[in-house]
Amino acid sequence: MLQRLRKRLFESLMMNFLLDKDAFGNIHLELPSGESYDQVKVIRAFPISHPDNGFSITDQDGHELVWFESLSELNDTNQAIVQSSLEQIEFIPVIQAITGLNSYALPSIWDIQTDRGLTKLKLKTEQDIRRVSSEALLITDANGIQYLIKNRKILDKFSKKVLDRFM
Amino acid sequence: MVQFSTPPSLLLTLPLHWQNVVSTSAKRLLAVVEIDLNQTLHFEKTLLCLWSGDELGTTIGITQTSSDGSEQHWEIDADCYLRLNDHAGVGHLSLYSKSGLIQTWHFTLAINALISQFRDGFAQRIDLAKDALVMESNSERINICPTCQSSIPVNQSACIVCDPETEVPPSTLTLFKLWRFAKPYKKDLLLGFVLTLLSTAATLVPPYISMPLMDDVLIPFQTSQVMNYELAGMYLGGLLLAALFAWGLGWWKTYILALVSERIGMELRTKTFEHLIRLSLEYFGAKRTGDLMARIGNETDRICIFLSLHLLDFLTDMLMLFMTAAILISIDPLLALVTLLPLPFIAWMIHFVRDKLRYGFEKVDRNWSEVNNVLSDTIPGIRVVKAFAQEGRENQRFIAANQRNLEVNDRVNRIWSSFAPTVTLLTEIGLLVVWGFGIYQVSSDHITVGVLTAFLAYISRFYGRMDSMSRIVSHTQKAAAGAKRVFDILDHESSVPDTKNPVALPTVIRGQIDLTNVGFRYGNRAVTKGINLNIQPGEMIGLVGHSGSGKSTLVNLICRFYDVSEGSVKIDGIDVRNIATLELRQLFGMVLQEPFLFFGTIAENIAYGKPNATRTEVVQAAKAANAHDFILRLPLGYDSLVGERGQSLSGGERQRISIARALLIDPKILILDEATSSVDTTTEKEIQKALDNLVKGRTTLAIAHRLSTLRKADRLIVLDKGEIIEVGNHDELMAAEGTYFNLYQAQARHAAEIAQEVI
Repeated sequence: MLQRLRKRLFESLMMNFLLDKDAFGNIHLELPSGESYDQVKVIRAFPISHPDNGFSITDQDGHELVWFESLSELNDTNQAIVQSSLEQIEFIPVIQAITGLNSYALPSIWDIQTDRGLTKLKLKTEQDIRRVSSEALLITDANGIQYLIKNRKILDKFSKKVLDRFM
Repeated sequence: MVQFSTPPSLLLTLPLHWQNVVSTSAKRLLAVVEIDLNQTLHFEKTLLCLWSGDELGTTIGITQTSSDGSEQHWEIDADCYLRLNDHAGVGHLSLYSKSGLIQTWHFTLAINALISQFRDGFAQRIDLAKDALVMESNSERINICPTCQSSIPVNQSACIVCDPETEVPPSTLTLFKLWRFAKPYKKDLLLGFVLTLLSTAATLVPPYISMPLMDDVLIPFQTSQVMNYELAGMYLGGLLLAALFAWGLGWWKTYILALVSERIGMELRTKTFEHLIRLSLEYFGAKRTGDLMARIGNETDRICIFLSLHLLDFLTDMLMLFMTAAILISIDPLLALVTLLPLPFIAWMIHFVRDKLRYGFEKVDRNWSEVNNVLSDTIPGIRVVKAFAQEGRENQRFIAANQRNLEVNDRVNRIWSSFAPTVTLLTEIGLLVVWGFGIYQVSSDHITVGVLTAFLAYISRFYGRMDSMSRIVSHTQKAAAGAKRVFDILDHESSVPDTKNPVALPTVIRGQIDLTNVGFRYGNRAVTKGINLNIQPGEMIGLVGHSGSGKSTLVNLICRFYDVSEGSVKIDGIDVRNIATLELRQLFGMVLQEPFLFFGTIAENIAYGKPNATRTEVVQAAKAANAHDFILRLPLGYDSLVGERGQSLSGGERQRISIARALLIDPKILILDEATSSVDTTTEKEIQKALDNLVKGRTTLAIAHRLSTLRKADRLIVLDKGEIIEVGNHDELMAAEGTYFNLYQAQARHAAEIAQEVI
């Protein structure tokens, strides 16, 4: 009886799962089948190539529980929780300009301007600069942070010069 | 308000503007950290302070100071706790109370170590608050990293925040460190220097003789048509003599200096290797094998070539420059000035062009490796390429890489092709200046034709050396970079240092192992924590758990391949840190998952841990390890060559040799690390028989993936995430129906499924 009621509820809300955040900041997932999971994680499947398509909700150990194509499929509550959770874990600053560097010898520390403010990036080896497409680059700094350059061809002259030296 | 003391080392880790904020605070600071991301994950510096409001430390709180000076406070009670986690380069520090999340701070992993220190400081204080006890902070013991100002944990030799090895760019000064290796050859080096001086002087004699040859023989002949054969013969003889001298001295000099540099190179190599093999496993874990091999092989050779070739040439050239300048000035100061004036300018020009080229060449190198990458990607994966019919795509990839290579090369070649002609042009222009000024001087009777020809001879010789001289900068830089990489090894201190006052081990070791509250961190990550375990002499312990649960780490700590971060490991009541490393390792026999055989005979491999073992001992060990029979089947018996270039043995055979190796040294404590996991079930049985012989009467620690192999263990220790979660023998743990039960069931099911499929 309860089972059927729950199913009806999910159907009426036009969704196949329910997210909920508790006071500890943990996300709780409930499926129409009645199964529920604590501390689930939301993950983008293609964070760089298709950030808006393909999301997975996994349990604590990384087993997938739910897959959905895009945020627009979710109702407002779910969307808000997914978005806030992604904002907490997503961190790929986009480099807008390289404003200075300490040396052309490696390891080189660059002063960069990103969409998340000014910071420094330490490049350990040239191999850490990866071509994602013909114009996009992904730079992994010495601490494992990934920086994205969306289009290296429209950067300013100095930034291009610095990049050119290391590529 | 009372001003409480704050440990100065806490403040040292902070930038100056925060130090002011902190030191004016009236509260007592317990821990402090500067975090580098704000709530929306933008880069912004924020200060987090953990303070206590009174001397007892019973009321504590956290204050967050933003970069604009605004502050936020949280009072903390004894039930509060901090959690650390990270994802994709960003760390999160969350403060929880009993009823829920209070606040989360974000930071980049660059400061992870500092954050975990802060968290530890917090945990310690919370414990204190619970007990309302005051304890002095132990921050005095912490060393501060000179590069990044973060503190270095007691058991780590290098800073884990910044890894100073990669931080400092190579300096040319590093080359002076080589003096340590050159010192024994002081005398030879001095002789070499004198010889260099003499041979250089000898090469400068011929142009000098050409001067009177011109003025006293050739010019008088042109005017009087009488040839002074006697004088000509004398000068020619002088030329020959000078040439012979220069040849002999040059030979001797080059030989001596080559001998010395080769010896320095050898010393450097052997010393580095000797140091390297004594470093802890931790060091090897963090470095790539190829990189270490390159450092000891290629880099030392490069330094050797630099010393014997480039540096020597440069010194000779410099000597020649000074001597030539002295000779020219002594003949005619004015002409000398005009001749030498363009030199620095030309040298600078050449250096400039070279510098431009250097980056171009580096680019070419990088692109070249990309071409190679495509090859090394495609050729080993050729089966996949063919299976999916993607030859065309791989071909396109290769063409694209080559295209890029072509573009870069084209750009470099534009400059490069102009390089040699440029040097020639500059040389010619320099000579032109000398010619022009010389002709003017001759015409106004200030100098003779002979002086002019001597000048031209001296200087054209010099211009030729200009190019190679300008290269010394890049050669020196490369050698310095190489020297730095070699000295990085030599200057690295082992993180498991040998104790200065080793405790003598009793003659009879029982093999009792006690682990008390053992914790270990690898870098920023806590691998094991709070492990308490007492292993009785002769007991067999099985270590069980998922991969990454800390089984191998535990074994590594007991053998002291790593040092514990907290707690202690004792063998027969003696802390392993107080036992001489050599003596300690002799207590252990080890059989690893991938048995490693060195190149050599089977007998040598069995006797690896006891090189002076007798033949009988070797054979007995082999028999006990069930290896005797298959060894005898080999054409050369115990003298068969094995290892990298030797006879190929099966996994089970190699494993039995390594068991014989462990048996021969008769260890008190035995470590079996997945000894049977890489072989099939039949072989496993044979190995198991050999192992049973080995285990008898020894304290044994066995790690095994296949739980069935651990049935004989007296006790099984189940580890998860670095903690002991279950202890007991097989039957007890099965009855408890806990983690071990689940693991065992899963494996049994899996085995049954396989059996079913086979049928």
